[in-house]
Amino acid sequence: MSDLGIDISLTVNGEQVSERVEPRQTLVDFLRDNLGLTGSHVGCEHGVCGACTVRVDGAIVRGCLMLAVQCAGSQVETIEGLSDSGEVADLQAAFEQRNALQCGFCTPGMIATAQDLLAGGGVPSRDEIREHISGNYCRCTGYHAIVDAVEAVALQRAGAAK
Amino acid sequence: MKPAPFAYKKARSLDEAVALLGEHKDARLLAGGQSLIATLNMRLSAPSLLIDINGLSGLDGITAKEGMVEIGALVRHVQAERSEIIAKLVPLIARAMPHIGHAAIRNRGTLGGSIAFADPAAELPACLMALDGEVEATGPKGKRTIKAQDFFKGLFETALGPQELLTAIRIPAATKDTRVGFAELARRHGDYAIVGLAASAQGDGKGLKDVRLSFFGTGDTPSRARKAETALESGDIDAAVAALDLEPHDDVQAPAKVKKHLAGVLLRRVAKQLMEART
Amino acid sequence: MKITADSPPTLSALDRPNSYIGRSVPRPNLARLTQGRGQYVSDVTLPRMAHVAFVRSPHAHARIVSIATDAAKTSPGVIAVVTGAELAKVMTPWVGVLTHLKGLKSAPQSPIAVDVACWQGEAVCAVVARSRAEAEDACELVEVAYEDLPAVTDPETALDARTHVIHASLGDNLCFERKLEAGAVDKAFAESDAVVETTFVFGRHTGVTNEPRAIVADWNPGDQRLTVYQGTQAPHMMQDLFAKHLGLAADQVRVLTKDVGGSFGIKVHTYADEMATVALSKLLKRPVKFVADRIESFVTDIHARDQRVKGKIGVTKDGTITAFEIDVLTGIGPYSVYPRTSGIEANQVVNLTGGPYSCPNYRAQARVVFQNKNVMCQYRAVGHPIAVAVTEGLVELAAAKIGMDPLEIRRRNLIADDAYPCGSASGLKFEKLSHHEALAHLDTMMNYAGVRAEQSKLRKQGIYRGIGFASFIEVTNPSAAFYGVGGARITSQDGATVKLDAQGAIIIHSGVTEQGQGAEAVLAQCVASSFGVSLDKVRVVTGDTDNTPYGGGTWASRAAGIGGEAAWQAGKALRGNVLAVAGAMLQAKPEDLDIRNSVVVDKASGTERLTLAELARVAYFRPDTLPPGFQAELMATRHYVPRAWPFAFTNGIQASYLEIDTDTGFVKLIDHWCIEDCGTIINPQLVDEQIRGGVVQGIGAALFEQCLYDERGQMLNGNMADYLVPMAVEMPDIQCGHVVSPTADSELGAKGAGEAGTAGAPACIMNAINDALRPLGAKPLTDMPFTPGKILQALGKV
Repeated sequence: MSDLGIDISLTVNGEQVSERVEPRQTLVDFLRDNLGLTGSHVGCEHGVCGACTVRVDGAIVRGCLMLAVQCAGSQVETIEGLSDSGEVADLQAAFEQRNALQCGFCTPGMIATAQDLLAGGGVPSRDEIREHISGNYCRCTGYHAIVDAVEAVALQRAGAAK
Repeated sequence: MKPAPFAYKKARSLDEAVALLGEHKDARLLAGGQSLIATLNMRLSAPSLLIDINGLSGLDGITAKEGMVEIGALVRHVQAERSEIIAKLVPLIARAMPHIGHAAIRNRGTLGGSIAFADPAAELPACLMALDGEVEATGPKGKRTIKAQDFFKGLFETALGPQELLTAIRIPAATKDTRVGFAELARRHGDYAIVGLAASAQGDGKGLKDVRLSFFGTGDTPSRARKAETALESGDIDAAVAALDLEPHDDVQAPAKVKKHLAGVLLRRVAKQLMEART
Repeated sequence: MKITADSPPTLSALDRPNSYIGRSVPRPNLARLTQGRGQYVSDVTLPRMAHVAFVRSPHAHARIVSIATDAAKTSPGVIAVVTGAELAKVMTPWVGVLTHLKGLKSAPQSPIAVDVACWQGEAVCAVVARSRAEAEDACELVEVAYEDLPAVTDPETALDARTHVIHASLGDNLCFERKLEAGAVDKAFAESDAVVETTFVFGRHTGVTNEPRAIVADWNPGDQRLTVYQGTQAPHMMQDLFAKHLGLAADQVRVLTKDVGGSFGIKVHTYADEMATVALSKLLKRPVKFVADRIESFVTDIHARDQRVKGKIGVTKDGTITAFEIDVLTGIGPYSVYPRTSGIEANQVVNLTGGPYSCPNYRAQARVVFQNKNVMCQYRAVGHPIAVAVTEGLVELAAAKIGMDPLEIRRRNLIADDAYPCGSASGLKFEKLSHHEALAHLDTMMNYAGVRAEQSKLRKQGIYRGIGFASFIEVTNPSAAFYGVGGARITSQDGATVKLDAQGAIIIHSGVTEQGQGAEAVLAQCVASSFGVSLDKVRVVTGDTDNTPYGGGTWASRAAGIGGEAAWQAGKALRGNVLAVAGAMLQAKPEDLDIRNSVVVDKASGTERLTLAELARVAYFRPDTLPPGFQAELMATRHYVPRAWPFAFTNGIQASYLEIDTDTGFVKLIDHWCIEDCGTIINPQLVDEQIRGGVVQGIGAALFEQCLYDERGQMLNGNMADYLVPMAVEMPDIQCGHVVSPTADSELGAKGAGEAGTAGAPACIMNAINDALRPLGAKPLTDMPFTPGKILQALGKV
């Protein structure tokens, strides 16, 4: 690494992490290459496909459109963290049962995005679900099954909330 | 597709950011980064230094005072989307917001960044023009104000000096007479539009006056359609469409003649919005 | 929406007491993927692994005058800078031809261009470095001097005498030509009451797999073995090719394919940059990784379609189709892609056009020419979307011309459901199809009369909706007739090995591969059913040439029909072996026993006799207690290849209902239906999801996707902001239905389902658009993708 390296400390999936990074390293490359968190995927590196979607300080972001250095002091959550905590267990179960994934490459980003929508509460319409996930590219499913799975979880959660 | 190497400095104050811009001629400012980082990844831009202005205090507020709404440069799209002040006093931006990218993009992208990036197909520069807003620029000599119509100079080119940064945008607050209209045509939700139109006007009970039609996706900068504005003020939509004097270029999305036709369609739709809003 | 639970099995000849055939059981490998614990090639890292990036030609056609690499070699992190000439010492070039496509020719292609670069994006130099970023840094320091050569870009003029010949050694720019004549075409047209002629244009598009192509090659000089981690559809094919061109024996090469982030035919070809990566590993004696970035994917992943088809149909007043005639022209880039060739798509258009109909009169011509654009080759539904759109477009135009309902003209011409076995005018052989039953099913499912009534009502309000149909046939379960007979070492057979482990569970090794379509679930269902265990006792291993039976992998909708049958048979064979052990242990006749839910039972009464766990314990740890001379065989392998039919054709029909904003030319998709017949349905949910995903890929072709090139051969929209793939909001929900006509060629009777959606969707979108615009007097649209601009033009508004 060149002398441009910068030391950063941040929290990733609840664990304190200190690393020296090059400023040019994107967040998603940092997560994958430095921390081995390969559940966040690199699909386009220009912010269109959404495969790298992760949560930074509670908000979903494109992991390819943030630099790792920008995340110093932040709380970053990836699919690995969301899985381990059980936060998205119902979404994962619904995706599996409904076959709402085929190759699975978009799925971590898709689940993070779906969770972002459902965290707002209520039962979104199918159109609202489609709109919210419209920044996440899936080549395999044609989206119908994904919308089904997200809708099913919204209904489940709404039922459970009553 | 990895960025060329660059140094990174997180500015601790506006003064420091300005000073760094002076020291590094090819430095770039990093705000939301939702356009910039994509261009870095593709090596379309290779600055020696990125000056990160995220976190600078005082740039992330939305305030209303003296008939103006001031939006700090670092206000993120999501913040504007949820702002009651914007909803009430800058309804045009509230209407435009859902068309901009996707949730993950709006969580990071800033209003200041979008204006300063000056993408001719973007919504917010056109809104600023339509609203007769202004930009606050901060440089070595302090702050100055630039009217929107003087701000957008060319393709991705603004009136900001090499050592200036955009620190706020200011927009006249909507009054009870303010009418706004917005429409765009994008092939896919969240894409840059083939053509879009942001408009404002004052309704005086009988007709419209001070009509401002600001098209985007039709030229190197957001484009005012002044003849059409005049026609619309006289209440003649057909004449307004006929008077559209835009000169869009062909691009990968659509040929110029299609853009021109679509601009006319949008004008009719937005004119209807402006007129229907009349009480 | 409710997620329907696993449906109860319906009884068929395949039913065994615990059959999983016909049940929507979840795939066994999904939790790994939903938790981000998949292992895609892009995730693989190995000790000492280096990364390669390529300097790529910015010119469509240029002589490489010189390459200066000194500055790059001293750039931080650089391990090697390698030119095409240097790599030629490690790897031999290849030529993509097949002998059964008579006359097809191509030029030798090298892993890195030597002397001449033939398309914008072709690699001209490789930089290997510690990281991808450092490799890219050094790529910028490689100085290549080019001398521009004329770029051949327009297929229409590629064969003109004054057009530059791309490969002088070939003599001209013609790659392949085919002519076909059946029946009495001229007479049939002469006797028609109406003849419709039009030209269809299909945009060049590409696969845009979410995970780009990725490969890690690891040459180990100690073992003298090459291990390749590759996101591929055909590991054994790649093993053979890597060995051949590196001068190795096939057993010196192991190809491993774990999770693959989407394929769709993109990942079944030989890519120069992937071959270069393998050669670089051999040269540098260390692992080398290449992951195409999105920008290079657009100019190197194979493109497809890009055809101009002049089509003609004759019809009599009573709706009888009298003849079809087509003239196909396609430019496929500068090389025919190895080893499947780039002649197949046009050849398939000739084979498939008119295929659903009983019309005997057919004339076709296809010419495939070289040009200086990225290479084209087989992509999901090869040729089908073109043939179906040409056929169905002509049929609906003919129907409109004689004032007949589009479903009615199909009823009068589709091959009768009781006419099988029979053939098509082009010589295809059909075992059993169900066009009429599918059409009737669709008619009911979509409430055609109701939708028509709504359309008519809305037209009066100035709302223009259209209904379009597409009947189709799909090639699946290919025999050796596809590639093997043409000399390509691409196997059409597939194998499965099934073994009982020491606790009574089952492990399957299969030669087909999992690309996300659910192949592993299907294999597990087949073996669980034919052997007699519950699904949770079955583990599936695919994608490893060291450990799986030799197989073809996944392409042409073959995994379930061929790989599934091999697995079914292997499960049966193992059941026989295990029952022999049980018979020996229980002193019973094996034929009086069966295995149900992991328990050996009396076949007649179902009484439990012995658990598999106990049987395995004895067979593995106490074989001394078995009768003298008895040897337990607890592993069985079976292979399967279709023999009775060259292909197992499937069929179906799709319909689209859409609305056009006649002011803007924007199309809103309202509904989409697909009825298909893939024979025995092993897993209904997986079939439906193949259909849905395929339909959306076809919608992409019809409305959004196109690789735009300028006349100099520069791609203009090679990024995901400008190349428009379908995203969620614009896509409709898709309703699926089925007819079941099993193939008798296998015991399972399953045919493929992977491409039917993509085959039919573009045609029915096109027909629906034209149906919507017909009352407005618009000229029929036949030039895909149907952008707002083209629709406005058809309406005379621009």
